[in-house]
Amino acid sequence: MKNKYSIFSLIKNALSGHENWQRAWRDPEPKKEYDAIIIGGGGHGLATSYYLAKKHKLTNIAVVEKGWIGGGNTGRNTTIIRSNYLWDASAGLYDHALKIWEGLSQELNYNVMFSKRGVMNLAHNLQDVRDLKRRTHANRLNGIDAVWLNTEEVKKFCPIINTSPDIRYPVLGGTLQKRAGTARHDAVAWGYARGADAMGVDIIQNCEVNGIRRNGDQVEGIETTKGFIKSKKIGVVAAGHSSVLANMAGIRLPLESKPLQALVSEPVKPIIDTVVMSNAVHAYVSQSDKGELVIGAGTDSYVSYTQKGSHNIVEETLRAILELYPIFSRMKMLRQWGGIVDICPDASPIISKTQIKGLYFNCGWGTGGFKATPGSGDLFAHTIANDEPHKLNAAFNLNRFVSGDLVDEHGAAAVAH
Amino acid sequence: MFIINCPYCGERDQTEFSCGGEAHIERPKQPTELSDDQWAEYLFMRKNIKGVQFERWNHAHGCRKWFNMVRDTSNDKIQAVYKMGEKPPVK
Repeated sequence: MKNKYSIFSLIKNALSGHENWQRAWRDPEPKKEYDAIIIGGGGHGLATSYYLAKKHKLTNIAVVEKGWIGGGNTGRNTTIIRSNYLWDASAGLYDHALKIWEGLSQELNYNVMFSKRGVMNLAHNLQDVRDLKRRTHANRLNGIDAVWLNTEEVKKFCPIINTSPDIRYPVLGGTLQKRAGTARHDAVAWGYARGADAMGVDIIQNCEVNGIRRNGDQVEGIETTKGFIKSKKIGVVAAGHSSVLANMAGIRLPLESKPLQALVSEPVKPIIDTVVMSNAVHAYVSQSDKGELVIGAGTDSYVSYTQKGSHNIVEETLRAILELYPIFSRMKMLRQWGGIVDICPDASPIISKTQIKGLYFNCGWGTGGFKATPGSGDLFAHTIANDEPHKLNAAFNLNRFVSGDLVDEHGAAAVAH
Repeated sequence: MFIINCPYCGERDQTEFSCGGEAHIERPKQPTELSDDQWAEYLFMRKNIKGVQFERWNHAHGCRKWFNMVRDTSNDKIQAVYKMGEKPPVK
């Protein structure tokens, strides 16, 4: 890498008043033609371009982004990373990502602040206990670390939780994945962008795609606000707007796009050093390095592209948070926002070829895409470069909705989707 | 979050309603003759439009009746509400 970040570069630039740092990636005009184009400059899209260049030596490629990189769901999620999924296919997919996370800062020479603070999932009724114990066993059979904690152990691991038996949804235990945790979300987009750019990938921001041109069943290029760009391979990684792009290409996807909300509190001193999720009451919380509580709420029940979300959804989440953590009762919330998530009927992603030659989709991540960013990019790059899925994403093809071989993580995932 | 004008009860808060997804998807008349592709199309594939979309809604915490709605999903503005069985208003 041209400008490697290190303690020496930090000292050198400190001595010159930090005025000589070079820009981390270029701002090129699009060429007329590329070997491959990725639509969507979020974490998944940038990671895809990074691995296309690095592992598959495709460097004459571009990422086109309608806004700025990392300005969509990459910057709107609650940054949780875990791999404790029930089914074998999901476990393989998410743990592949988790393993890449473990060495990502070193690989990218960019601190993504991956913090293995653990993720704990709470059980509030007998069915939760059964489901979570079953998931713990399934995880361990797949080589994924998971332990069951009883109520006392939950209290010991996170002392601020109200484990009193007389609350509306008492804590009957929980699971813990110690390798899980959080990372800094924009650093992931920036790190991948810098890495991809250094290998020659053109990252084209403020360039909206208005059409996908095809000749029969072969894709030919994209119409954008910066003109027509030719390419025989197009990978769409557009999250909530996947259906909009699919409609441009004349195909339909099994997706519904809905606002998912999150909110942060005023910053306070360290109070919670892990991530706690609760499926039954839909409340999950962690604390950012700035000291803000980061709280994830649910999705609205109807299709919407408004990036806002309904007030009652936030209210329900905060009600649950207050019962579980009475200590937060006087905290003020600073910001609330929504991101548009594309939800599949089986709550599992699609990393797949389509019926159109050269057109690939990576979508359907729904409410839980951030954790998969490195793995998703790696596997999608493999799928595009070889025109065949990797064995880890073979189950996540579009054809599963025809064959009926769904990966049903709806009730089985660690948190309600 | 918005106000919905239920064709039976009048204006009520959206939280009283539940959304039943895309409207005017007809149940196959002869299910036994459908191919796997046609089943997938009927069961799973959705338009998921950013813009004006036709939807089914149910007044779940009210009269519990189903009805149709024309709504712009890019700004949540409702353009029309009409009863089940009625023809959708031409946009």
